[in-house]
Amino acid sequence: MDTMTDLDTALFAGLCRLGDSTLVLGHRVSEWCGHAPVLEEDIALANVALDLIGQTQMWLGLAAEIEGKGRDADALAFRRDVWEFRNLLLVERPNGDFGHTLMRQFLFDAWHQPMLKALESSGDPRIAGIAAKAGREVAYHLERSADLVIRLGDGSLESHNRMQAALDTLWPYTGEMMTADATDQALAEAGIMAAPDSIRPEWDALVRDVLAEATLGIPPGTHMHKGGKQGQHSEHLGHMLATMQWLQRAYPDATW
Amino acid sequence: MVSVAQVWDWLADVPDPEIPVISVTDLGIVRDVGLEGETVVVTVTPTYSGCPATAVINFEIEKALRGHGVRDVRLERRLDPPWSTDWLSEEAREKLRAYGIAPPIDGTRAQGVVAGRIKRLTGAALVVPCPRCGSDDTRAVSQFGSTPCKAAWQCNDCLEPFDYFKCI
Repeated sequence: MDTMTDLDTALFAGLCRLGDSTLVLGHRVSEWCGHAPVLEEDIALANVALDLIGQTQMWLGLAAEIEGKGRDADALAFRRDVWEFRNLLLVERPNGDFGHTLMRQFLFDAWHQPMLKALESSGDPRIAGIAAKAGREVAYHLERSADLVIRLGDGSLESHNRMQAALDTLWPYTGEMMTADATDQALAEAGIMAAPDSIRPEWDALVRDVLAEATLGIPPGTHMHKGGKQGQHSEHLGHMLATMQWLQRAYPDATW
Repeated sequence: MVSVAQVWDWLADVPDPEIPVISVTDLGIVRDVGLEGETVVVTVTPTYSGCPATAVINFEIEKALRGHGVRDVRLERRLDPPWSTDWLSEEAREKLRAYGIAPPIDGTRAQGVVAGRIKRLTGAALVVPCPRCGSDDTRAVSQFGSTPCKAAWQCNDCLEPFDYFKCI
């Protein structure tokens, strides 16, 4: 029997949206480990992945606590199926080339940083605490991804073209980050989580500035994909989970 | 019966697993020590969310206390306020420098401000003296280094690469 209140149900979903997004992006970025173009970038990618997976443990840990069904962060990460994931569609996009990965990271970081800043004022001190912790790490992520988007966009003709292609592909996946649904609205009204649309002005300004500096053009199309936050995913997520969850599914409750 | 002060003394001898020249108390990650009846309760805060040393640190703390004859130990995690390099003791900073790691320069943590980043890249804001030769003529190689808490730097004078314990 489901004994969660409506607000707890919304909170569980909200926490899964945050934790699943950091988990899926963390896993995607970790796929680069050992494959980046230079050693320093390989290390930086692994560091970012590690931060994101650490943040996942906090968000999904709290989600499991709110749910109160005896699951923990690992159970949520490794035992749920694709339709139960609530991550943004942007983060499940395949890595593509290095520039593509960095463009995806920048578009996410530019949302992640102001979102965490807003969550620091959450009426729930547990959420405020996690946001304050994660925010300090994400400040480094954003500075790095913005810097590399500028360098590669305003770099050689080849790097510029690749960055523009990445932006053209990824742009339609950015709208979902700043579109509120009923769950988001309930959490915002309760003073627990910032409304996604409240992040838009800061995201717009930052993205516009960095892309201009990078000599990249924002695509003219206005169509935006959505559904990840409600569990409707692209085919890519299932393939990723098959790899990510393999061990825990083959050997349930395996420990070190 | 063990005292709180005694436990703090013991913890001051528990080395950080990644940087063994400093202790867990030097690092500022032990936030509280308390007694609940016979149980020693140690509250620890993680450095970075995903720091893989966290589990090892907890294990080392428990092992050290048990080694001193404490039977009941409970470790608690506290996230808030988030750990900051501001909490590194002066002594710890000197130990880091002697070990070849440039200690953090307070007040320079990333703000997520892109213009600030560009300024820092040109070397206008952040000068990290080389922990080996002391030269101020150094450059950042990457903000991300061998562990989450460190950045990769290089000295332009003695040419040695070195770790910088970055601010957070």
